[in-house]
Amino acid sequence: MVPLRSQIVAYFRERLGLDSVEALAEKKLVPVHQETIFYYLGGMALFLFGIQITTGILLSLYYKPSPDQAFESVQAIMTEIDFGWLMRSVHSWSANLIIGVLFLHVLTTYMMRAYRRPREFTWITGCALLGVFMAFGFSGYLLPWNELAFFATRVGTGIVSVVPGIGDELLLLARSGENVTGDTLARFYALHVVILPIVAFGLLGVHVFLVQKHGMSVPDRVTARHGSPRAVPNIRFVPDFLLRDMVGWFLALGLLAALGALFPWELGEKADPFGSAPEGIKPEWYFLFMFQTLKLLPSHISGLEGEMVGVLAFGAAGLAVLLVPFLDRGETPSRLRKLLNLLAAAAVVFFIVMTAWGFFDSLQFQLALGGLLFAGVLALAGATLEQSSAGRRLVFVLSALSFLVCVGSLVWGLQGG
Amino acid sequence: MEKVAPYLVNELKPDAEGNWPSPFNFGGKPCLVIRAPDGTVRAFNAICTHLDCTVAYRPEEPDVFCPCHNGIYDVNGRVVSGPPPRPLEEYKVTLRGTPGQEEIVVSRAS
Repeated sequence: MVPLRSQIVAYFRERLGLDSVEALAEKKLVPVHQETIFYYLGGMALFLFGIQITTGILLSLYYKPSPDQAFESVQAIMTEIDFGWLMRSVHSWSANLIIGVLFLHVLTTYMMRAYRRPREFTWITGCALLGVFMAFGFSGYLLPWNELAFFATRVGTGIVSVVPGIGDELLLLARSGENVTGDTLARFYALHVVILPIVAFGLLGVHVFLVQKHGMSVPDRVTARHGSPRAVPNIRFVPDFLLRDMVGWFLALGLLAALGALFPWELGEKADPFGSAPEGIKPEWYFLFMFQTLKLLPSHISGLEGEMVGVLAFGAAGLAVLLVPFLDRGETPSRLRKLLNLLAAAAVVFFIVMTAWGFFDSLQFQLALGGLLFAGVLALAGATLEQSSAGRRLVFVLSALSFLVCVGSLVWGLQGG
Repeated sequence: MEKVAPYLVNELKPDAEGNWPSPFNFGGKPCLVIRAPDGTVRAFNAICTHLDCTVAYRPEEPDVFCPCHNGIYDVNGRVVSGPPPRPLEEYKVTLRGTPGQEEIVVSRAS
């Protein structure tokens, strides 16, 4: 007599094709080496996306997307609905964490040069996903219809109007009119809960399929150490890597719950479309580098309006990031790769310094935070370089100097300098 | 187009919290009414010419300030510093009624 459990398993196995799923899970291996930790970032982003979907669905049960009711409905979610405040806070915190994780995922993928043939489209879909999640953040920001959200949307959509030739049309498309109104809110809601999720699922499907198809990329120096990629030690994805992944997810869930409970996301004041913008207005941290740059650019550069130059430069930088796999194709070090690495390092430093500058008002704390983050990034970069190489030594010296700048600035700041 | 501002000339001053009267809806756009140090009343389209933020009057400076990217205009709407590429659009102001408590009528060509 076959046990009942085995009968049930056999029933589903035959009908759902579980054999092929099992075979696929067994086939997937994850290389183990110094940089294996970076492989967890993609899974972490996926987990946080799951949190976003769950909390987003719960919020959508009570949210009302109209200028008259949006703010009040979010207020009700936070004060009247059981655990509504926690769901909203976790949704907002997780939205920020997911962008941070994706930034790191893209950066570490670049550092491991995992974008090379045959993984060009894995890179492109990954970068596109980062863009989609930034769009999620931007569109979700308006939904509570508060003062900050309103002006962030006015400025953010205003940026597209400077695109030469089609700026006015893009502005109308983004705002559904000349101004930010209830029509814009409806449009952003549809974008946030329908259009972007469809695009994200499509891109994610292709991205995960390509990761499965091509396997995990192994950095050159690890391959060199072992002779060939096949000689690098592996662990099975199911269950070994997945269980480790889940430890990270468990920690992330704890962090989100703690952040949501200890630092509940504020709602602020209801938007007044005709009121003046409040002082100290800022966008979310991941747009701060653009915000700060646009603040610093002069009104005109070589006869062109400053913001147009800024927006075009950011657009060109984004395009260059997408094209990285087609620029750096060779197996051996080249001048072009050196140039790309220099530009990438400059871009990371620019991002960190501008973000810190935009975030803090005092120069000392900007320098302190910038120095600390710069030191951290350099230390991270140094860890991936060849042991006892000149580059590694240089990176660590720069990292130590940045740390000294950080400590010095903090002391200067605390002394009220 | 013509519209009467929701405050009289004598109400053009900071409130108890130091805030200047808010811009009002003028044909779908915020209209900022200020009273310059020489006493003249001026009205502007309050949308910053940089990236569409709404500007505010700072009577203590005195200037018109955009808090989004720190753009500063003078009381005539001309750019003083920061990233704004063009001056603020100025509207015509007509005062009518009892001297000292006149209504502020704002108008523009179209």
